[in-house]
Amino acid sequence: MSTTLSARGATDMSGTSAPSTTQAPAHQTVRVPMVDANLPRLKAKDVSVFYGDKQALYDVSIDVPEKAVTSFIGPSGCGKSTFLRCINRMNDTIESCRVLGDITLDDQNLYDSSLDVVELRARIGMVFQKPNPFPKSIFENVAYGPKIHGLARSKTDLEEIVESSLKKAGLFNEVKDRLHSPGTGLSGGQQQRLCIARAIAVGPEVILMDEPCSALDPIATAIIEELIDELRENYTIVIVTHSMQQAARVSQKTAFFHLGKLIEEGPTEGIFTNPRDKKTQDYITGRIG
Amino acid sequence: MTDTSAVSVSDRPADVAARLRKKRYAADRRLRAYGIGAITVAVGLLGILIATLVLGGYQAFTQTHVRVTFPISTQNVDADDLRGSNWRAVVTEGVENLFPGQSEEVRGLGARILTNNTQFFVRDAVIANPSLVGETLVLEVPASDPYDQLNKGVLDRDLPENRRRLTDEQIAAYDIVEEQGLVSRPFNWALFFNADSRFPEIAGLSGAIVGSFYALMICFVISFPVGIAAAIYLEEFAPRNRYTDIIEVNINNLAAVPSIVFGLLGLAVFLQIFGLPRSAPLVGGMVLSLMTLPTIIIVTRNALKSVPPSIREAALGMGASKHQVIMHHVLPLALPGILTGTIIGLAQALGETAPLLLIGMNSFITSPPGGVMEASTALPTQIFIWADSPERGFVARTSAAILVLLGFLITMNAIAIFLRQRLERTW
Ligand SMILES: Nc1ncnc2c1ncn2[C@@H]1O[C@H](COP(=O)(O)OP(=O)(O)OP(=O)(O)O)[C@@H](O)[C@H]1O
Ligand SMILES: [Mg+2]
Repeated sequence: MSTTLSARGATDMSGTSAPSTTQAPAHQTVRVPMVDANLPRLKAKDVSVFYGDKQALYDVSIDVPEKAVTSFIGPSGCGKSTFLRCINRMNDTIESCRVLGDITLDDQNLYDSSLDVVELRARIGMVFQKPNPFPKSIFENVAYGPKIHGLARSKTDLEEIVESSLKKAGLFNEVKDRLHSPGTGLSGGQQQRLCIARAIAVGPEVILMDEPCSALDPIATAIIEELIDELRENYTIVIVTHSMQQAARVSQKTAFFHLGKLIEEGPTEGIFTNPRDKKTQDYITGRIG
Repeated sequence: MTDTSAVSVSDRPADVAARLRKKRYAADRRLRAYGIGAITVAVGLLGILIATLVLGGYQAFTQTHVRVTFPISTQNVDADDLRGSNWRAVVTEGVENLFPGQSEEVRGLGARILTNNTQFFVRDAVIANPSLVGETLVLEVPASDPYDQLNKGVLDRDLPENRRRLTDEQIAAYDIVEEQGLVSRPFNWALFFNADSRFPEIAGLSGAIVGSFYALMICFVISFPVGIAAAIYLEEFAPRNRYTDIIEVNINNLAAVPSIVFGLLGLAVFLQIFGLPRSAPLVGGMVLSLMTLPTIIIVTRNALKSVPPSIREAALGMGASKHQVIMHHVLPLALPGILTGTIIGLAQALGETAPLLLIGMNSFITSPPGGVMEASTALPTQIFIWADSPERGFVARTSAAILVLLGFLITMNAIAIFLRQRLERTW
């Protein structure tokens, strides 16, 4: 691991906190600031999550840069999905789940009681691990969101939204002749792009993706990764992944979670070439996880 | 952590391995033999049941008819008062035509060949077509039960006279009619289109079929919406706590309550407290819905549960409200399962007898009910009534009615299976 430590210059890591290989009893996240990243609009502060009595997340604070890809990595069960689901309040649907702390989008607290969850989920879309198109036609899949949110004034409006969403998801050319055949009849990779198109159709600002490629083969994965890179221009993307190569390829910022704690966050390059924390180092060299 | 004493499968001596393998195969074969044996027994018993019913009942699907020519003379029939005319005399003249040139005595015996209600058949035919007055009417009249049995060979001519229901003279009179080629045995449509009667030859199931239909409709109208609403609440909204646990256990218990208990409840509550009419399909349907309700709740909950969570997540993630998730996605996907379960629940209700007996749906009623408040029987109670009747003709009719009921049940279950295969989705 000493090889990784010595790699690359430390120019982009102005020492805010010294690299500590010993774990202090009070947990301290290692933070390396992002250079020339867009300003964060999505910020989490001291987020703790409990499932019943069991604590799954401990005081996670992180800023998510706008129009960039942020990836969450970490061993299985460390709370990546849990944190991701806090961002669009999908955890509300789990009865035993309690969320403490603040998550803000444009300085509006997402856990404010006056906030409408339905509206929030239109602003923060989600793509799941297993492609989960509705058992309806391709068209209906994409049109569903705009319909329930009343985004289309006419039928042609709706058709336009569907077409442009499918185009943005890079799926239109493959399905334009069979828009009315079932979405479940597509291949896994196509289904996942359909789910991305579905999420895009309501015009979200943030797209959350929980291991979007883990059920796909390498070619389909490459296509999705390319797509994510394109989407970055218009959307703020947060992606959970088990593949460090994928995190390195698609994301600008990476956060490493371990046992419910955010251990280290910073520019992707820095994390993989020069991890500051011992646990991060062990994880990316394959010792834990 | 190396365990030197570990033995791998490949280390076993060949003969030990062969012996173990043989034992394993033998066990497999035994298990399969048990299964085949059990199925053979079940299918065999079912076959015996159906065979008995068919053997006992097939005779009831035909009915002996006699072609009679009735002179509708103006002397007996008054065109202005058809209902009050002397139809009995008309029938007597018709019977005379059956026995041209025979003695008064033979004709007297022959009158019994026709069903007791012949005069009403003639009357109704003339009322339907008043231009017949002054003409003659040719009518296929059902033969009364003993002659029907004689024609079908159930009544054995070779028995000594004192051990059969027809005397030698009566049989002789019948033979005169038969020799003229006036006796036929067409399909017994009356079995389906007539209501109950004291006389087996004209007794039919239409009252019972209509009564069962009304009762099932009432049962469906009550239990389907209530059951689905209850299941949706319990499955999608209710918090998991002691109270919902108690409700759940009780619903499951309700499904196991003997049906006669529901009948007693119907008697005590619907008839005595609410004062609803006895024997009415409305009350029958209400009682049956008490029994179908738990079934529908349970199948609906299972159908809702089997909708994959990924679909709910997808919809929630799109910003659908709970109501939208349920109405747009979960319920449509669960519907095939719900419908299948409902049809099976209704089929059970169709065969239910005990609760209907208690609310009086086993009365003797000779016309189909005109509405849900009118007294009526139902198919299983009609079987119960007929099984209790002494006439020989009702024995075959009881089996036939059971076959008709089984036919309805099989049809309903077939529809359920068809729906399941047709609508069920795979994802
Ligand atoms: N619905 C739940 N009820 C109770 N505990 C849960 C629930 N969901 C997750 N947990 C627990 O919370 C912890 C974090 O789970 P989470 O799913 O966030 O992990 P993860 O980092 O996404 O793991 P993976 O990489 O395997 O997906 C785990 O210990 C898990 O057991
Ligand atoms: Mg996860």
